[in-house]
Amino acid sequence: MNRQRPRRLKALIVKETLQVFRDPSSILIAFVLPLILLFLFGYGVSLDANEIDIGLALEDTSPEAHNLAVAFTNSRFFDVRVARDRRAFVDDLVAGDIRGIVVVPADFSARLKYQGDAAPIQVIADGTQPNTANFVQNYVQGVWSNWRQQRRLERGETAAPAIALESRYWFNEELESRNFLVPGSVAIVMTLIGTLLTALVIAREWERGTMEAIMATPVGTLELLAGKIVPYFALGMMAMAVCTIIAIGLFGVPFRGSVWALSAVSAAFLCPALGLGYLISAATRNQFVASQMALFAGFLPAMLLSGFIFEISSMPAAIQAITHVIPARYFVSSLHTLFLAGDIWPLLLPNVAVMLAIGALFLGLAVRNTRKRLD
Amino acid sequence: MPASMVRIDGVTKRFPGQASPALHDLDAEIHGGRVTGLVGPDGAGKTTLIRLISGLLVPDVGAITVAGFDAATEADAIHAIAGYMPQKFGLYEDLSVLENLNLYADLRGLTGAARRETFDRLLAFTDLARFTGRLSGALSGGMKQKLGLACALIRKPRLLLLDEPSVGVDPISRRELWRMVEDLVDDGIAVIWSTAYLDEAEKCESVLLLNEGELLFDGPPGELSARVAGRSFHLTGVSGRRRAVLARALDRDGVIDGVVQGRNLRLVLGEGADAPDPADLVAGDGAGIEQVPPRFEDAFVDALGGGPGGRSALAARMQPVTGGDDVVVEATGLTKRFGSFTAAQDITFSIRRGEVFGLLGPNGAGKSTTFKMLCGLLQPTRGTARVTGLDLKTASSKARGRIGYMAQKFSLYGMLSVRQNLDFFSGVYGLTGRRRRERIDGMVETFGLTPHLDTTADDLPLGFKQRLALSCAVMHDPAVLFLDEPTSGVDPLTRREFWTHINGMVEKGITVMVTTHFMDEAEYCDRIALIYRSREIATGSPDDLKESVRGAALPDPTLEDAFIALVRAVDADESEAA
Repeated sequence: MNRQRPRRLKALIVKETLQVFRDPSSILIAFVLPLILLFLFGYGVSLDANEIDIGLALEDTSPEAHNLAVAFTNSRFFDVRVARDRRAFVDDLVAGDIRGIVVVPADFSARLKYQGDAAPIQVIADGTQPNTANFVQNYVQGVWSNWRQQRRLERGETAAPAIALESRYWFNEELESRNFLVPGSVAIVMTLIGTLLTALVIAREWERGTMEAIMATPVGTLELLAGKIVPYFALGMMAMAVCTIIAIGLFGVPFRGSVWALSAVSAAFLCPALGLGYLISAATRNQFVASQMALFAGFLPAMLLSGFIFEISSMPAAIQAITHVIPARYFVSSLHTLFLAGDIWPLLLPNVAVMLAIGALFLGLAVRNTRKRLD
Repeated sequence: MPASMVRIDGVTKRFPGQASPALHDLDAEIHGGRVTGLVGPDGAGKTTLIRLISGLLVPDVGAITVAGFDAATEADAIHAIAGYMPQKFGLYEDLSVLENLNLYADLRGLTGAARRETFDRLLAFTDLARFTGRLSGALSGGMKQKLGLACALIRKPRLLLLDEPSVGVDPISRRELWRMVEDLVDDGIAVIWSTAYLDEAEKCESVLLLNEGELLFDGPPGELSARVAGRSFHLTGVSGRRRAVLARALDRDGVIDGVVQGRNLRLVLGEGADAPDPADLVAGDGAGIEQVPPRFEDAFVDALGGGPGGRSALAARMQPVTGGDDVVVEATGLTKRFGSFTAAQDITFSIRRGEVFGLLGPNGAGKSTTFKMLCGLLQPTRGTARVTGLDLKTASSKARGRIGYMAQKFSLYGMLSVRQNLDFFSGVYGLTGRRRRERIDGMVETFGLTPHLDTTADDLPLGFKQRLALSCAVMHDPAVLFLDEPTSGVDPLTRREFWTHINGMVEKGITVMVTTHFMDEAEYCDRIALIYRSREIATGSPDDLKESVRGAALPDPTLEDAFIALVRAVDADESEAA
């Protein structure tokens, strides 16, 4: 009997592979959707605020004021329109055409003369988008202090400020959000294949009655499980390779880790992803419900709670606690490490361990729930 | 006595959330070397029993042994000796014929020369050798069924379980499958064949008759039929309106069951009752009554305590349809193409007022397409469809107001209560104000729906579900009633009640068009059109069709014989032309 086992497993894997390549919906989920996502995150989404539209109300016409205006227009952070009166911009701000107004008041140069650096400018930011409003405020401050520094140098003042700030960014030197988003989106792709596709194909077997026919043969429960897990594991690794090549080749994301470390981390993540897909399909046996559950239990947490887009450290404590049971969190963090920093094993190993532990739990439950029974 | 293969001892199976058990205290024995029919309507417990025997379900009470193995604890041993074909055949539709066979051969450990030899034998046996490369999803119903059987037979089983193998399959394929199964039986295999078709039961050597989880009968079908021996009659030569005569006959005390059968009426009498006098039934001068051999279905109805009476409270409430053109439904050259596929070609017929017209044909032949074009759900590619003289293309919403439509499996909103369903459908059909209230109250009263008003449609018993669906379809007093497989999988009593209402409405002048794949239901029709491979291959009364194939080989053809002969003639013409 046991000599038959490899043959049966092979037969199930061959069947599954044939089905993947013949079923347009599998191709869609395994290859087309990942590409769309990758392009969306690579080209479409950017967390950097460049060329923010602002209005500069230049109510003072002195050379100093003009000098400051040039500093704003030269900044790569701003796209500046200039007017003589702050009221000219109010409608634009209401309409959302500009994100903020910088007012250089009429007594700007006069106060600059008497009070020195204390001459005020006013910043009005559009608070409906708090993130952008923050950017406007910080960038204005940056431009302003640069300008003052410049002036001091021009006047030959050497009284340097007590502390000189020299900022330098590590790992993602140019602060490109793409370098951060593209590796993260690979995790989303793997969740799609591992959880959604697996849940769908098994639920489909229940719906079409083929699961029942297979169960009535001498096939064993572990073979049934492995017959599903192995092909989709291979498919997941293939998609991973394709995504990595696109990330590096097309988007120019740096890759500082090693290929084998990336493979090990991805393999570890596929355990919980596939296990979850298998559990969902076993519980629902219906493609529609399975897809909803897979989106809810797999895709959305991977999207929102993995730290892929939203910083985990800025979430409320309760939500942060939840992220600890989301396998994608560990995968996203490992991918960031591998792409931007390198094979930092003290960081990777704990992540791999947690993913394997969650995977073992899911697969263990799957084995326990897979009986050759219909009830 | 052949060897016992399956023993069923006091088995009860209950599913969570269901009021009554799926199977209740069942005792039976199934023997090798014969076909045992597992017969009963939907929900009788047939599939549950087959799954219990194959070890895929475990009984709550009692035990099942298969060839000495306990089905609950030794399922693996049973899987090694039993072949199982589930409903829908258990095929991978995106794998080819050969890939399906390969899969099952690998799973059952069939290799080398034995495998080649088995494949050759099975492909010859099922006549699928020409199609090994075709995806099984692209096979016809009959070919799928044969492939499913081949997959179940990869390792010659000692027990073969077939769950509704003949659903959605044309009569020719049904007969071929039956012949194949008989060959297997000769080798000593025990075959369990579940079916909702009562005429199939008569062909089995032994039958387990199930109804609502209870075993009504266990033994040779002839034994059950014999219980009503001498009580089945044909009322022949009826002149005038047969359905009115039937209603009168059913209202008599001694008559427990009656149906229209072609131009005759079939009546079954209660024990010790005398045959009614045709004159008392106002059946006309030429009418006579003659005894006929009993059918399995007669005995089934008898075992259930007899059918309903002949009067339809629903029909009594309907407005009589009078006047207007005599032809109510007219199809002229109806053709429908989906891309390069022609689903219906040049369908032409007309239905007169107060006629019951049937569309008969296997699944995928084009019945539903034709049907949908006539009730305005599909736009024909060519040809016209008229209802009460209105063209469905130009006056579609007006024409649809004259139509009542009941879709397969009762098109009710399962999550809505009975009252909400009635409210919704009356609104959809444009009933308002007092008329709407009157119609709803009328339906509730007629069908005794009052205690169920707040029950959701899903939770209704089957009979009530059917009544509710019918109420929703006729609330607006339609001139034509379209019924799409109205009684498929329904027990004979519920079906009788349904047809009593239909017959009553027909007497009021309502025209009925019905699709069916039950041959006996087709006999309730005045005329039928046979649809095969998208074409209308014959149209006429059931008796005309039977008559057209009568000959030396078929001295007394049934409607199924007629169907098969007519289809064969078309196939022969086509292969000649090719």
